Amino acid sequence: MQVPIMPAKGEKFIIPIGPQHPALKEPGHFEFSVDGEVVTGASLRLGYVHRGIEKGTEGRNWVQTLYLLERICGICSHVHATAYCLGVERLAGVEAPPRAQAIRSLVAELERIHSHLLWLGVAAHEAGFDMLFMHSWRDREIVMNLLEGLTGNRVNYSANVLGGVKCDIDARQTDAILAGLEHLEDRTRHYLTVVTSDVMFLRRTRGIGVMTKDVAEKLGVVGPTARASGVARDVRLNAPYAAYDRYPVELITATAGDLEARFIVRVQELFETYRVIRAILADLPEGELTVRMPRRIKEGETISRVEAPRGELFYFIKSNGSDTAERVKVRTPTLPNMASVLTLAVGHQLADMPMILAGIDPCFSCNDRMIVVRDPAGRGAHWTWDDLREYGIEYYR
Amino acid sequence: MNNPLEHTWQSVMDQLKTWARINSPWAIHFNSGSCNGCDIEILATLTPRYDMERFGVKLQGSPRHADILICTGPVTRQARERLIRIYEQMPEPKFVVAVGSCALTGGAFQGCYNVMGGIDQVIPVDAYIPGCPPRPEAIIDGLVKLLGSLKADGAPERASEPPLAASVLEPSS
Repeated sequence: MQVPIMPAKGEKFIIPIGPQHPALKEPGHFEFSVDGEVVTGASLRLGYVHRGIEKGTEGRNWVQTLYLLERICGICSHVHATAYCLGVERLAGVEAPPRAQAIRSLVAELERIHSHLLWLGVAAHEAGFDMLFMHSWRDREIVMNLLEGLTGNRVNYSANVLGGVKCDIDARQTDAILAGLEHLEDRTRHYLTVVTSDVMFLRRTRGIGVMTKDVAEKLGVVGPTARASGVARDVRLNAPYAAYDRYPVELITATAGDLEARFIVRVQELFETYRVIRAILADLPEGELTVRMPRRIKEGETISRVEAPRGELFYFIKSNGSDTAERVKVRTPTLPNMASVLTLAVGHQLADMPMILAGIDPCFSCNDRMIVVRDPAGRGAHWTWDDLREYGIEYYR
Repeated sequence: MNNPLEHTWQSVMDQLKTWARINSPWAIHFNSGSCNGCDIEILATLTPRYDMERFGVKLQGSPRHADILICTGPVTRQARERLIRIYEQMPEPKFVVAVGSCALTGGAFQGCYNVMGGIDQVIPVDAYIPGCPPRPEAIIDGLVKLLGSLKADGAPERASEPPLAASVLEPSS
């Protein structure tokens, strides 16, 4: 699980960071080799949060798996459930009613607000700007209230069920959401001013961690990190799912590719999110919330893509006709983005590392999975238990 | 302790330490395999709406400065050694709070091959806060109850026996 993209050289001074470190909210282990204050190489060790969820799905039925997959990530739990539900529904040959699809999009956009505000705060905290951290988290409580009112829980909402959604929306909730958005829009305008004009803050963001469009495409980064480098990539537009063909989203991109651009893209995405939520609420289709799902899903395999707040989330689901999934493969947005951190780190000051890491909005609990990029022993794609055991012994030697 | 004067001095010092600790316990947070749900709720308790700092609780980076270890998530095989090491680095007296269903029992991840179960499988736990994730109010309530029990008799009643065996604590190669 080590990703030796820029191998740290032996003769350099190496600074280890993590897995428990004040700048990291989650466990991950970085090793930066430095020349004075300048980083000359970076390597990363992941896997502290690997829980074996993909294997775990094989012992659970289709409905139980939904709740397990929702807990891959507590910040973007709804998109995981949406991707899984859309895939399983496609396999079963049923389609959720339009109202359910609209509510799925609505909750996904509310989740995007909470995730982006959370990120804004944490990233500001990494820059030492705790005022912005406290303000954005205070405003985030508004959207947490809305999510709780809609679904009954602040985090891990479980709004999705197979074949639809479990929660309906009434006039009172619509009014509450609209009132909340009004306030948030006002605040977001303030945040946009702060991240583009605060001189101290700009010195930490402008021109730092510049990733050109070519590099971004080569590294395969996704989500707002890619859009800040001018890559027009958004699953909601490229392959609309749920209700996004009915309520189209506009693409927000920037060309600078530095940390400031990532701030601007995410904050401007908030405005777009407010607009989409208003469009959904103004034109919510009537009808049922769920359709009947069979207990056993037809044999077959499918892929399902959704746009998580951090970028493209990819699910591969294979059914063998029974009541459990034969294989669920998840590809989360942080893993491709993580490669950009290791590449961008080189040549920057050590003090910029937390900011560059925060710039991709990392989520370690999403990305800690077994992945074979290149196998020097030529064992191919199939690893037996003995191979894995041997690898483990070798790794910890 | 034969000298009565020294005994009195010692008990005064103990009382003073307990008083100081209860008034401003410093906490460290470690995620040993959580889904982030509990972690963002712990952060939310520190921010203006819930503001845990009014109880003197300060989240802080180094285990060597901390009184309370706030743990989230089930213990994965990879994070286990690190969790024990952080616990060992904390100065006595130290208290462990397990936040969330996963930290209590393994929660939704029970049966996954890389999950060892709750925090109390690895280190002794003093307070359990259930929920998936617990609301910030619940986290505050748990911490206040822990502080209250310290005030009453100086040490909380441990629900679990410390499972730390000598073999567990051998340094990794």
